[in-house]
Amino acid sequence: MALVLTEEQSMLRDSARGLISDKAPVSHLRHLRDSNDRTGFSKELWHSFAEMGFAGLLVPEEFGGSGLGHVEAGVVMEEIGRTLMPSPFLATSVVAASALNRGGNSAQRSEYLPKIASGSLLATLAIDEGAKHRPLHTGLQAVRAGNGFKLSGAKALVVDGHVADLLIVAARTTGAAGEREGLTLFLVNPAAKGVAIERTIMVDAHNAARIEFANVEVNADSVLGEVDQAAGLLDGVLDIGRGAVAAEMVGLSEEVFGRTVEYLKSRKQFGKLIGEFQALQHRAAELYVDIEITRAAVMKALQALDADVATAAPAVAVAKARAGTTATRAVQEGVQMHGGMGMTDQFDIGFFMKRARVCEELFGDANYHTEQLARARGY
Amino acid sequence: MSDTETADLETFRNETRAWLEANCPPEMRKPATSDADVFWGGRNAKFSSEPQRIWFERMRDKGWTVPDWPKEYGGGGLSAAEHKVLRAEMARIGARPPLSSFGIWMLGPALLKYGNDAQKKEHLPKIAAGEIRWCQGYSEPNAGSDLASLQTRAESDGDDFIINGQKIWTSYANYADWIFCLVRTDPAAKKHDGISFILFDMTSKGVSTKPILLISGYSPFCETFFDNVRVPRSHVVGTVNRGWDVAKYLLQHERAMISGMGERGVGRPLGQIAADSVGTDALGRLDDAMLRGQIARFDVDEAALAACAERAVDLAKAGQAHPAFSSAMKYYGTELNKRRHEILMSAGGVDALEWESERSRQGARPRAWLRTKANSIEGGTSEVMLGIVAKRILDLPGA
Repeated sequence: MALVLTEEQSMLRDSARGLISDKAPVSHLRHLRDSNDRTGFSKELWHSFAEMGFAGLLVPEEFGGSGLGHVEAGVVMEEIGRTLMPSPFLATSVVAASALNRGGNSAQRSEYLPKIASGSLLATLAIDEGAKHRPLHTGLQAVRAGNGFKLSGAKALVVDGHVADLLIVAARTTGAAGEREGLTLFLVNPAAKGVAIERTIMVDAHNAARIEFANVEVNADSVLGEVDQAAGLLDGVLDIGRGAVAAEMVGLSEEVFGRTVEYLKSRKQFGKLIGEFQALQHRAAELYVDIEITRAAVMKALQALDADVATAAPAVAVAKARAGTTATRAVQEGVQMHGGMGMTDQFDIGFFMKRARVCEELFGDANYHTEQLARARGY
Repeated sequence: MSDTETADLETFRNETRAWLEANCPPEMRKPATSDADVFWGGRNAKFSSEPQRIWFERMRDKGWTVPDWPKEYGGGGLSAAEHKVLRAEMARIGARPPLSSFGIWMLGPALLKYGNDAQKKEHLPKIAAGEIRWCQGYSEPNAGSDLASLQTRAESDGDDFIINGQKIWTSYANYADWIFCLVRTDPAAKKHDGISFILFDMTSKGVSTKPILLISGYSPFCETFFDNVRVPRSHVVGTVNRGWDVAKYLLQHERAMISGMGERGVGRPLGQIAADSVGTDALGRLDDAMLRGQIARFDVDEAALAACAERAVDLAKAGQAHPAFSSAMKYYGTELNKRRHEILMSAGGVDALEWESERSRQGARPRAWLRTKANSIEGGTSEVMLGIVAKRILDLPGA
């Protein structure tokens, strides 16, 4: 498959860009932050997303979705990255929808997927527990109790955790931290007794929560996939999330780079445009090359996910690792080349730096994914 | 792509796979490990082995030494999509290129675009068939990064030019049959405007070469001298004094070639090569955590660059490529290849220091390491490449 967008995908990009740049420029995020908005995103915009078929982009048509693929999801994520729009798209439409679609039985799929596609249900995956992304170190305990299970433990960095209508919780039913065997996914109602949700205001002013589970009772029907065997399902769902975040980081990097190059062409010091200085020209050129290479790696990973999620892991590791180092470089050069202006809150560039830092931690940072590639290659 | 086109391409893939299976000798399905493993063609060419001869002749007969050139010039006439399939199928079995040649990588594309009918008919089929080996007369002692300041002069004399001057870093000039050469035909014009692109036989009276011994201990480059060399005016490609256009176009192809020089995706992974000398721990991991990290980062970047190279081809096919993008690829590909060889030296440790022994295959590893240092110099330095990206792609001022 060619590593360029098809005509249909280009049209999708244009319509996503049109909506997002019109309704949710960076000032939209700034407004949500400064007004201490309780939800942290715009419900109205989410309805527009649903009307345009984005909310159910990955949901099969039989469940009311658009039945599109990961390249298309990446196209939307990239546009989100350009304006830093806070949106349930990642947690609900990419990660949770994929978990439900890939792991759910027919009852679960029929119940939840149409609601995701219509924009009426927000869902999220609760996976991380410690400071770093280590899915196999999941320690939240699920012990059998009567016909169901009782969940006890805590989750961190649950994206949209304070507004979600459905939590997909990774828990340990058997085995010890670090083992693949013994992981189970549960569908949990956030209103259930024993669930305590604390919204965490983070550096990027996007939405996340810490959630505690104190003997939360769930019945056997709430198991997503098979008991003790969730590792394989999680691998795929997380890789799908990683590909999407990498695409967001490509959009973010390109936007920061574009703004920085424009600044180099307009800011004067020592009587000339600062873009005339070779020291800055070469750094800008290096960053351009880095972004182009990362864009290709991310596209490759998204196509690999569309071809077969089960074999896409190495391509996804390359993409997320590259996206991490590239975005980090892009935002640092962005602030540095904007000089003092780059340090001000009034200027948008800092928003990109903050979001890049969060994206880097989401679903594993560059070090994590570089390590995964080394393991996959057997050294 | 329509369903029929997709189906046709699948048929082509199956036929190609079967043909390669039947026709590529097993010895030609592993990477070249020495210069003798590479067949360059030319009047004095010798095959280093029977499988090398068989593989070359079979590919030549199909036009697959130059798969995407028109059939009338000895090419395979393949579409871009078919060419991509052929490359993928050759890579699948690790098949070596049957013929290496500056005629294929550099002169051919320039002739196809700028050559007249007679020039195309004369030179392209001989390149495709490996009959003539070409060298490139670009750099001069005082015209390196600032190539357009070249001084080798060609003075008009009736229907001929008389050429005098000196070139340097002429790859394999001592083995080449013909040269494509930049000469100054109008000394009064601005430096980019008085240059012509001309072809001549290296056996012409007045041409001499002198190999340059490099830090690798090898002499892949020469100094090349022209002393009243008489060349027919009809050997100019394109318009007289407009040779810089041809030169730049050819450089794009040269840079694409150099950026692909790393042995990407062939042979054993670096991590396993390192494990041979460094050893592994109880978990099977490389017993040097820092080196392991270096290799893993390299592997990430190498895989990403491979995707970008693939995308560059696809963009060109879709008419969306930036003409200066080869400079971006050249910059990154050569720097990455240097990183690869630094890692190989570090992984090899003491064993990689041997310069002369059977055991070290005459110091193959350190000599290759030293050779790669030229990658970011030849065909335009990394700094020149970054300057081109800044100016032509980013449109930065005064660059």
